[in-house]
Amino acid sequence: MTMKQKFGLSCALLGAIGLTSAADAAEQITFVSQGGAYQQAQTVAILDPSAKKLGITINQDSIPDAWPAIKTQVGSGKPIWDVVDTPTGNCLRGGEQGLIEKLDFSKIPNGAAMPEAYRSPYSVSYEFYSSVLSYSQKTFPKDAPNSWADFWDVKKFPGRRALRNHPFATLEAALMADGVAPDKLYPLDVDRAFKKLEEIKPHITVWWTSGAQSAQLLNDGEVDMEMAWNGRVSAVAKEGAKVAFTYNQGILQSTSLCILKGAPNLATAVKFLNEAVDPVHQANLPLNIDYGPGNPKAFETGVIKPERAAQLPSEPANAAKQALMSYAWWSSPAGEAAEKRWASFMQK
Amino acid sequence: MLALVSPALLVILALIVLPVGWLAWQSIYHDGFTLENYRRVFTEEIYWRSFALTFEISLAVTLIALLLGYPVAYLANAVPKGWSILILSLVVLPFWTSVLVRAYAWLALLQRTGVINQFLRYLDVISEPLALVHNTFGTVVATVHILLPFMVLPLYATMQKIPGDLMQAGASLGASPSLTFFRVFLPLSLPGVLAGCTMVFVLCLGFYITPELLGGGRTVMVSMLVSRNVELYNQFGAASAVAVVLFASVLLIFFAVSRFISLDRVLGQK
Repeated sequence: MTMKQKFGLSCALLGAIGLTSAADAAEQITFVSQGGAYQQAQTVAILDPSAKKLGITINQDSIPDAWPAIKTQVGSGKPIWDVVDTPTGNCLRGGEQGLIEKLDFSKIPNGAAMPEAYRSPYSVSYEFYSSVLSYSQKTFPKDAPNSWADFWDVKKFPGRRALRNHPFATLEAALMADGVAPDKLYPLDVDRAFKKLEEIKPHITVWWTSGAQSAQLLNDGEVDMEMAWNGRVSAVAKEGAKVAFTYNQGILQSTSLCILKGAPNLATAVKFLNEAVDPVHQANLPLNIDYGPGNPKAFETGVIKPERAAQLPSEPANAAKQALMSYAWWSSPAGEAAEKRWASFMQK
Repeated sequence: MLALVSPALLVILALIVLPVGWLAWQSIYHDGFTLENYRRVFTEEIYWRSFALTFEISLAVTLIALLLGYPVAYLANAVPKGWSILILSLVVLPFWTSVLVRAYAWLALLQRTGVINQFLRYLDVISEPLALVHNTFGTVVATVHILLPFMVLPLYATMQKIPGDLMQAGASLGASPSLTFFRVFLPLSLPGVLAGCTMVFVLCLGFYITPELLGGGRTVMVSMLVSRNVELYNQFGAASAVAVVLFASVLLIFFAVSRFISLDRVLGQK
């Protein structure tokens, strides 16, 4: 190496060190969510206000399915993300596998104030959505299907149907169709659920794999009723399609915030996590998108008008009609076995 | 010589050999040496069902692409230069549209309220919409559309090299046009047929987006098993094992084909 090269290299190194320390001075985190309209909405409602209030920089990244990336990043020993917004099950499973930091709730007062069912040692509920029974109002102008038993009743409600190609919420729906009460679902009777699913299987036209696909099926009239996420149905309805849904026997699901094990900006990440579930920020989310706040205190802030609240999945009266998904059960060995069984069920 | 090619070798090592090696390693090593992943691939029903379905679909797609592609290549070869450029560009044009867009386009054409069903109902040919998509049929149609250029181009390249004099010689000896085609042209075009079929078959084995979007969830091809093992079950080892078996089958096919024609030809080098 010549003198000149050495000089150049040292300058580059010094520059790099200078950059990192400058960045440290202004605290920052990297926050990851699922992209699209949803991430846009939370940027306006939660991320920008939190960054401003805490005086930190929030770098954003997005990925439709964070789980494989969490596993590889933490596995490599050098994660680049700090906070992830991901289905709660990923946080729990990640926590058990040593991929997710255990939270100290004394530093997260906003989270500590939330109901216990809405948090875990590794995560805090961030927003709620619901797997609901949706239908075409053209096919069912009156006497619309209103329960999973109706969905299974192909004589009384003839028509083409779709379900999600995933056991989450589908097994719960099958059990409710078989007469299990929404609050008595867990631990799931997996055999009974699959037996009930076999009944409806010949009548399922499409097993959808993405939210966009479910919306398209309903919008194009490809199916007459399906299980779909409430936000997808209301988006289609807003664009003029004659479709509706019921929260009755919906399966209330959440994404949660969790922090990657060994996150580069751990302390700032914890501060942000607390701020992100602040009731007022949380109340701003449903003003931008059809998802419910993860913190129920948001409904007491007065920010969400009553008629708006009535449309949201986690509004207390709506939540009471639904089953709250137990991510703890799904990440248990029995839950994982049920997930694996799904693949063979689909291919039989 | 070695000094000249060594940078290229390094690139191949870094981009191909290492990742594939890592993949293979993951499939046999997880907290110790294990063949469990392979045992599952070879004994569990869902795996071999998927492999069987994937080979069936690939075979169907290859045959249909050959039946559709041969006349097109033949025509492009027979007409004057200007016309053949037009024909070939029509074949290649869809290349510039993303696979995803083309899959959705087929959805718009084939679904219950799609163009084809609406048209047939308008003509009163059918009273109930036909199930053209969300099944194996829809998957095959869209896959053929996407892979057709890989059939037409090698066929055209081979046909271009068949000397026209041979046809004339055949004709001057009194053979009818169909006889010269079957006795002279067709045998000479067989290397192109083999090349095109190999390309289409091998590419089809790894198809993912089309069966995912148009298969209705029941058409589970091997690539979908790989993604599902990672996304749903978080089993990188199992996913690697499936990928390795698929990779090995592709190599095996290439090896078998190379016994008949030079591989350069399949890959379009000559």
